[in-house]
Amino acid sequence: MRPMDDTAIGWGGLTLSLILVAVAVGLSVWQGLRLEREIVWACARAISQLLAVGYLLVLVVDEDAPVIWAWLWVVAMVVFAAVTVRRRASEIPDITRLAALAISASATISLLVVFGLGVYPNVGRAVVPIAGMMIGNSIGSVVVAARRIVGELADRRPEVEARLALGQPWQQASKPFVRSALRTALTSQLESTKAVGLVFLPGAMTGLILAGVDPVDAVLVQAAIMYLILGCVATNVVVIGLGLTRRLFTSDHRLIRLARTTA
Amino acid sequence: MFELDGVSLEIDGRPILRDVSLAVSDDGITVLLGPSGAGKTMILRLLNRLEVPTAGVVRFRGESVASIDPLALRRRVGMVFQRPAPFPGTVRDNLRVADPVAADDALLAALGGAGLPPAFLDRSADDLSGGESQRMCLARTLVTRPEVLLMDEPTSALDPDARHRLERTARDLAAEGRPVVWVTHDLDQADRLADDVLVVIDGRVASAAERDRFLKEDDGG
Repeated sequence: MRPMDDTAIGWGGLTLSLILVAVAVGLSVWQGLRLEREIVWACARAISQLLAVGYLLVLVVDEDAPVIWAWLWVVAMVVFAAVTVRRRASEIPDITRLAALAISASATISLLVVFGLGVYPNVGRAVVPIAGMMIGNSIGSVVVAARRIVGELADRRPEVEARLALGQPWQQASKPFVRSALRTALTSQLESTKAVGLVFLPGAMTGLILAGVDPVDAVLVQAAIMYLILGCVATNVVVIGLGLTRRLFTSDHRLIRLARTTA
Repeated sequence: MFELDGVSLEIDGRPILRDVSLAVSDDGITVLLGPSGAGKTMILRLLNRLEVPTAGVVRFRGESVASIDPLALRRRVGMVFQRPAPFPGTVRDNLRVADPVAADDALLAALGGAGLPPAFLDRSADDLSGGESQRMCLARTLVTRPEVLLMDEPTSALDPDARHRLERTARDLAAEGRPVVWVTHDLDQADRLADDVLVVIDGRVASAAERDRFLKEDDGG
């Protein structure tokens, strides 16, 4: 195993990696994409954000720091995740509240399982990165599920209204279409779970191997995380499915007017 | 049977209906006639509460539809849409959506009411022609035994033969005591079907002069 210091790249290594940014800028110029400023801005923003988070993390994951700081960090992550979802799917009614609800529910369940049952120790060093992975993956699943539901109900409006006109309540009239949307939203995570190891090596495992951990130990950690993410995504998708569908119908069982989405 | 009293409807801030007051008779076929975009469909949708008015009152048999349970109202006031919306499965599956516990006799009676023979019950809903599919949708609505039928340009996507057959079915249903409210922009169809005609233009019930002008313009081509 390589000692961990070998994998710390330092400022020099980071500077050298800027060559790849230069390649991206060069390609943009060559192809006339006009994305040079955007690329430079994205890279500058990423390193600034990560450095700020890195210095804050030092305080939170410090072994002497009370673990409550780590949990407060998790709460802040849920809030930021909900805001990010709103930015990415602003056309969905009430999405901030629903995203906060779904992500809180999935994070609560998954974190209770891993830390409540002692799969990982309840220390800042474990709480923050694991919650980060759960919540980070939640953003995508919430956006996909919400857009799919709205897209499906907008596209199938004639069938939904035909069912409502037969006297079906909204829960029944929307069921086949919401079910289909939720299946699609969950299938992409299932596909990723099936492809892991064959097509890509996930981040946590790669990081652990780079840090010198035995690959089999790294695999065990990663497998537990994959299962957690799957449970998390399933929870998100179902909470969004129930909450958003309720929001798309009035109390007198009418489907509200929906903007078409590009899910 | 239906009364609209000072009804206005706005959608996304856009006025669709303006101060509409009208009464629909309790028997025969009442045709809502007018050019495309006049608001005829919206009037129909107000009658079974797929829309609610921004102002005014809609009454069904003297009772405000706002005070009737919407699910019960929609079973009493059946609706057939402009384009058929078959559900997956067989014709029987489609009819059972309207009443999951309906006996085959009831399904056959509904099929007959819509002018389809019993053999259709086990046909796949996807394999029906446009006219057959629209009839199946009518049969599906009849399974709920509605007191009245709302038909929103139900023949607009059908060929002339299927159109005439569906018109005949509507006349038969009305003759059997089930009043029909039929929306169309086709003056000839209104002539063939209507016991009563209400002309709707630009979100309002047309005045006598507007009505005469519309009928004349339409006659001229």
